[in-house]
Amino acid sequence: MSTVVLLIITGFGLGAMYFLIASGLSLIYGLMGVLNFAHGAFLTVGSYATWYTETKLGGISVAPRFVLAALVGLAVGTVFAALVELVLIRPLYGRHIEQVLVTVGLGLCVTALASAIWTNDAKFVSLPRWTARTTGVLGASIPNDRWLEIATAAVVLFALQLFLRRTRYGLIVRAGVENRAMVTALGIDVRRAFTLVFAIGGLAAALAGVLSALYFGTVDPQRGTSLLIFAFIVVVIGGLGSIGGTAIAAVVVALVQQFANYYASSGMGDLSVVLLLAVVLLVRPHGLTPAAAT
Amino acid sequence: MKRLAIPVALVALLAFAPKLAVDIPVLFKSSLDSPGTLQLLALMLTFAGLAFTYDLLFGYTGLLSFGHALYFAVGVYVAGIAMTRWHWGFWPAVLFTAALGIVLPLVFGAVSLRVGGIAFAMVTLAFAQAGSVLAFKNPGVDYTKLPSGLVGILNTKHLYWLALAYAVGVFLIGRWAINSSPGRVWQAIRENELRVEVLGLRPFDFKLMAFVLASFLATIGGIVYLVLISGASPEVTGPSFTLALLVMVVIGGAGSRWGALVGGLVYTYLDHRLADLAGSHAISTLPSVLRTPLQEPLFILGLVFILVVYFAPGGLARLGRIRRRPAALEEAL
Amino acid sequence: MALLEVRDLHVRLAGSHVLQGVGFDVPEGAVTALLGRNGVGKTTTLRALLGLVPAEGRITFAGEEITNEPTHRIVRRGVGYVPEDRDVFSTLTVAENLQLARRNGSGRFPYVYELFPELKQRGAQAAGTLSGGQQQMLAIARALLNENRILLVDEPTKGLAPLLVTEVARALERVCEESTVLLVEQNLGVVRRVAEHVVVLDTGRVVHAGPARELLDDRDKVHALLGVA
Repeated sequence: MSTVVLLIITGFGLGAMYFLIASGLSLIYGLMGVLNFAHGAFLTVGSYATWYTETKLGGISVAPRFVLAALVGLAVGTVFAALVELVLIRPLYGRHIEQVLVTVGLGLCVTALASAIWTNDAKFVSLPRWTARTTGVLGASIPNDRWLEIATAAVVLFALQLFLRRTRYGLIVRAGVENRAMVTALGIDVRRAFTLVFAIGGLAAALAGVLSALYFGTVDPQRGTSLLIFAFIVVVIGGLGSIGGTAIAAVVVALVQQFANYYASSGMGDLSVVLLLAVVLLVRPHGLTPAAAT
Repeated sequence: MKRLAIPVALVALLAFAPKLAVDIPVLFKSSLDSPGTLQLLALMLTFAGLAFTYDLLFGYTGLLSFGHALYFAVGVYVAGIAMTRWHWGFWPAVLFTAALGIVLPLVFGAVSLRVGGIAFAMVTLAFAQAGSVLAFKNPGVDYTKLPSGLVGILNTKHLYWLALAYAVGVFLIGRWAINSSPGRVWQAIRENELRVEVLGLRPFDFKLMAFVLASFLATIGGIVYLVLISGASPEVTGPSFTLALLVMVVIGGAGSRWGALVGGLVYTYLDHRLADLAGSHAISTLPSVLRTPLQEPLFILGLVFILVVYFAPGGLARLGRIRRRPAALEEAL
Repeated sequence: MALLEVRDLHVRLAGSHVLQGVGFDVPEGAVTALLGRNGVGKTTTLRALLGLVPAEGRITFAGEEITNEPTHRIVRRGVGYVPEDRDVFSTLTVAENLQLARRNGSGRFPYVYELFPELKQRGAQAAGTLSGGQQQMLAIARALLNENRILLVDEPTKGLAPLLVTEVARALERVCEESTVLLVEQNLGVVRRVAEHVVVLDTGRVVHAGPARELLDDRDKVHALLGVA
């Protein structure tokens, strides 16, 4: 029983990370039609900025140091994403395939740069001691960082829904996901919404980068890419452009992965997720909860 | 016939490379007929051919697959395992692998092609990822068990000619297929799939044909690669390898005659030689801010890729011509 | 000078030459009907005017050239659009659909709700759950929310039951009294009620332009150009 509880809660922790990356991807694809292969790069930038800041901040105790470093990581990730949209994506407006290709190139560049500057070895991050301790739940010992991850994802989910439903830009994004051309035909310049969505995606991905530093205790250049693949799978299963669907899919994928890895063998988790994707796509080619009718 | 003169001359020149004790400074470390250079050239040719097989899918039929590496990996791993662990001879292993190279894409393709666009890309990604996981769980192929005729630097000449034969073979078969009537349907599908349906044809059958042909040729490429490097490692199975193929094709020029081949040659060359070039005197005098990224081949390649997409979207093959974007590629997504 | 002038408009889509040199005027303060059989390029013409498809030629609005300007900028010059398939945002509520359409200031909600009281009642309803007729009202209301100099309306009665056609036509009539309208419509009864001028298209070209009355009274000509009696 305690194993199941541990697997479930750890699964939710992993799902929290998947959700954070996938939500940005989902919005970007849903609104702009761009498969953002550079999204993993946003995570990498966020996580390395955090780690770097952390090593440079001396003289404060670990917990505030980590929080400060995390804030810097988030800021850097968000600004980076917005710049990418303005400089690389916007000039290619309307040319979807070139936009995708550019993100592929950027993803390669950033990962290569990180491994060139800091090598491929994982770098350790000093984490607040509280996160290393465990809390007992129904007989299982849950590492405390999992709570932080779950809480963060829940807050982001709530904030995103608030943004989408209560702000004008959120309205534009929801409408744009359904029918971008019609939004322009109402006199609205969608390009500003594009930059905003990229920035939000960058923020969420950088947050995922921070959380992954928490989860794994390290940062490394390849993590963005490996998590990105799962994020893509989550986005496709959950339905492109749908935040609620992404959240559900993130949890499902993470749980499947955890349980399969434990009860079958390590590596089976990844295979099961892949199988899940294939099954979902063949039964419902538009994912579980598509936002748009198309 | 004039048009054939240059390519034929080129192939002849390449065929004679192992006999030429010529030094090409900067570009190659040692003379043209040395094992090191021949090995590099052989790798370049293998990947040129491989890139062309990907172009058949992406550039000509408009199928954006993220799982092409899977079939290449099948060629490498299945042949390798057959020879080293099951102790089959070379030819039985090759025939078995080739057969698998037809059956597997037939099955996977039939499943993946039921959906289109992004969904198709994701399913192919998923299958490749699954294959990659399986490969990582397996220890690499132990090269000491390969048949002796293939191993050893003395035979680098033969391996080189094998790679050349592969590249030329893939190109000829590919061109023949593209110019045949199914091949024309592929290109029509890339332009406007709806119209193909309206004409009474079933796009699915043709897409599957292209998929199987491209994957089969990739599997053969895998066997060539296995022989070439006398081993196998799991890195070639993953989605990042398919992305490398995508980069090769786009840099070279998707859907153009020579583009994919050129892209494959350039990419492989840069990937292997950049580290050496970076160590050269000219670059080592640069400040480390510039030097560090330049030493990382993937960084350069990513940068070149971005530049090509921006300034030469038709790829290197279409440089100098009117900058006409291959608009038909929009259909792939 | 007409409010909207189109000269030598060419549009190529998916390899076919849909508009082959279309030219016509839309005079201010009147309703011009764009007629033609199915598939001749009427909707494509409207979309080209809005910059939704790439075009060659010359489109002038209130004296300024707008050919291939970004859509949102064309619309902000005062162009209202009621698309062929209504294109309401089905996942948004009726009220949200209207809010989105608001351009400057608070929007003419009283006017719109007076024309279409049902929309006020169904404010919180998801637009995707509305009936075809209600969606049509919403699409028209959206275009009326702002003070536009011209309205581009694409087949507002398409696919509606006869009773609804009358309702929509009545609303359209009121709208047409006050604005310049370019109306694509297959229902000649509606055209007769509201249009002063007609432009007829056939396979991507203008084959007739003139007073509406004159054409519609000529049975033979109508049959020849539009294939209906």
